[in-house]
Amino acid sequence: MPSSAAQADSIPANSIPTDRRLALHRTMQTIRATETTLSRLFADGEIPGFIHLSVGQEAVAAGVVGALGPQDSFATTHRGHGHVLARGVRLDLFFKEIMGRAGGICGGRGGSMHVADLSLGVLGANGIVGAGLPLATGSALAHQTRRTGGVAVAFFGDGAMAEGALHECLNMAALWKLPMVFVCENNGWSEFSPTSTQFAATLDKLGAAFGVPHRRVDGNDVAAVAEAAAEVVEAARGGGPRILECLTTRWHGHFEGDPQRYRNADEIAGLPQNDPLRRSAEALLAAGVEESALAALVDAVDADIRDALEAARADALPDVDAAFRDVYTPTTLTAGA
Amino acid sequence: MPKPLRYVNAVAQALNDAMAADPAVMLMGEDVAAAGGPFKATRGLLDAHGPERVRDTPISEASLVGAAVGAALTGMKPVVEIMFMDFVTLAMDAVVNQAAKARFMFGGQCSVPMVLRTPHGGGLNAGPQHSQCLEAWFAHIPGLRVVCPATVADAYSLLRAAIEAPDPVVVVENKALYALQGDIDVTAPREVGKARIDRAGRDATIVTYGATLYAARAAADRLAAEGIEAEIVDLRWIQPWDEEAVFASVAKTHRVVIAHEAVQAFGVGAEIAARIASDAFDDLDAPVLRVGAPFMPIAFAKTLEAAYLPDADRIVAAVKSTLA
Ligand SMILES: Cc1ncc(C[n+]2csc(CCOP(=O)(O)OP(=O)(O)O)c2C)c(N)n1
Repeated sequence: MPSSAAQADSIPANSIPTDRRLALHRTMQTIRATETTLSRLFADGEIPGFIHLSVGQEAVAAGVVGALGPQDSFATTHRGHGHVLARGVRLDLFFKEIMGRAGGICGGRGGSMHVADLSLGVLGANGIVGAGLPLATGSALAHQTRRTGGVAVAFFGDGAMAEGALHECLNMAALWKLPMVFVCENNGWSEFSPTSTQFAATLDKLGAAFGVPHRRVDGNDVAAVAEAAAEVVEAARGGGPRILECLTTRWHGHFEGDPQRYRNADEIAGLPQNDPLRRSAEALLAAGVEESALAALVDAVDADIRDALEAARADALPDVDAAFRDVYTPTTLTAGA
Repeated sequence: MPKPLRYVNAVAQALNDAMAADPAVMLMGEDVAAAGGPFKATRGLLDAHGPERVRDTPISEASLVGAAVGAALTGMKPVVEIMFMDFVTLAMDAVVNQAAKARFMFGGQCSVPMVLRTPHGGGLNAGPQHSQCLEAWFAHIPGLRVVCPATVADAYSLLRAAIEAPDPVVVVENKALYALQGDIDVTAPREVGKARIDRAGRDATIVTYGATLYAARAAADRLAAEGIEAEIVDLRWIQPWDEEAVFASVAKTHRVVIAHEAVQAFGVGAEIAARIASDAFDDLDAPVLRVGAPFMPIAFAKTLEAAYLPDADRIVAAVKSTLA
């Protein structure tokens, strides 16, 4: 289990303007409602393959992605729905992709683990643990070289801390002072194993070894994430890489259908106590937002999801010839058989 | 009496029996211990053999496979699990530059008795990074052996053979076969490089391995209904492959189709076809044909994956065209 919020930064409810908090809340609500819908669709057999949901981790996606500007880019993980939704990928194109339809954002070829929207600087979700880290490093290199003013974010799970790619990328990013933020979503689990059995170091010390400043935040407090993300993104923009470690909680199994026998009942029962959405709603009510406004927001999000799902169900299945045309960029060369 | 087992349990049984037979055998991999492996191929082994010999590793493929090479050079016989064959890409240095070459480049001082088990194959809509069949990569590397058991019996005895072999062996399982039921024979000969005639026939030979065996069987049934008797050679070993068995079948039927799930271009079938063309040309009455996946990445959507996997239709059509 990740250590409690006590060790992490938390911020007072009034330090972020209410309209900003409402926007963050809406993003989280969209992610939660989308993934809850996906969970049901998966159980009903409407989604091929397998899916990894980020229910419980919405504050990280909303807070970090919300701190990015239009020129910024990021690479995400197998648990990346929240990040791409927070970035504003079109909901209908998202549903079509997850459901394997022709009109999906990737033509139905990638599915849940490979959602990407290059027009939004989303370099893709990834089926290979740790693989997004070098992609984001290269993206930061491009921002630096092309002087775009952009920052690249690498999302990774705590399990990926064991991959050499993280250590190599920290080194390169530090050497080259890349405009890059390493965002660890530390949910305490890598698949069926607690991270304490997987990683002998701590991320702050790993960062210190390479001279990369580290900040740890309560990843279920969206305001705290948003504030910390804004700070590290701006610091990275001018001054080289930063690490933001968000302590959060994975509610569902590693993948949908995982019965989580490896997890104790108390831990599972305690998860909703740290619900980022409930905490955000409470903060909004305390700031004077009406309960009815929050209910209206939920309804609006649900309506968007219903429309997107309907569009996805109506969409065609992908066609092999169209897929073939994208193996290579069209040129006069031919190869293979 | 043999008892019916699932393929995945036959794997676990082989690991268990190999560990019981030889204290040097140990297991390493992500979630292989308490969790029993992502596909449950190592279930029960932690309890049976203890945490020293059944080790959960961090998500560190490059180093864990490299560590297996080092352990093998120091008296152990590690069996490493890579959760999906797609992830061996991260461990290619350890397999290709270290394990495969140590014996040769150190002047024959040592061998590297390790096994890398990993599942390949589609059918689960797992998408482009969780479905690939990369066995040809390994068959191409001198020093490595490659085996691909198609049946429950072979899941047991070929894995035992792989563990007993003194050189590094890549054992390729197919995810779609894990639930298959069948019998094992713990006393079956454990040979390296021997094929199996799965079905005898006189009119054409279908050479295959892995899950494509079942498409080949379906094809042979349909051909038989039309009076065409296809012989099926289940290759089992890809490196070394059983030239003798394949050439004997070609000498009998004079027509060959090679079918596998991996991409056809530059694949295992290409090597076998070329060898038949050069060494058994006089036995051929028709060009050797291949049935494999098209030259594109495997995709997630159901329609795309279905079009990708070689099926009985394509094998039937290929056999008929060798007879035309
Ligand atoms: C290179 C590689 N190794 C193993 C896997 C299998 N796998 C997928 S997710 C996962 C655990 C990842 O844990 P973490 O990084 O903490 O992310 P979380 O699932 O907790 O979000 C593993 C082992 C993989 N996809 N890629």
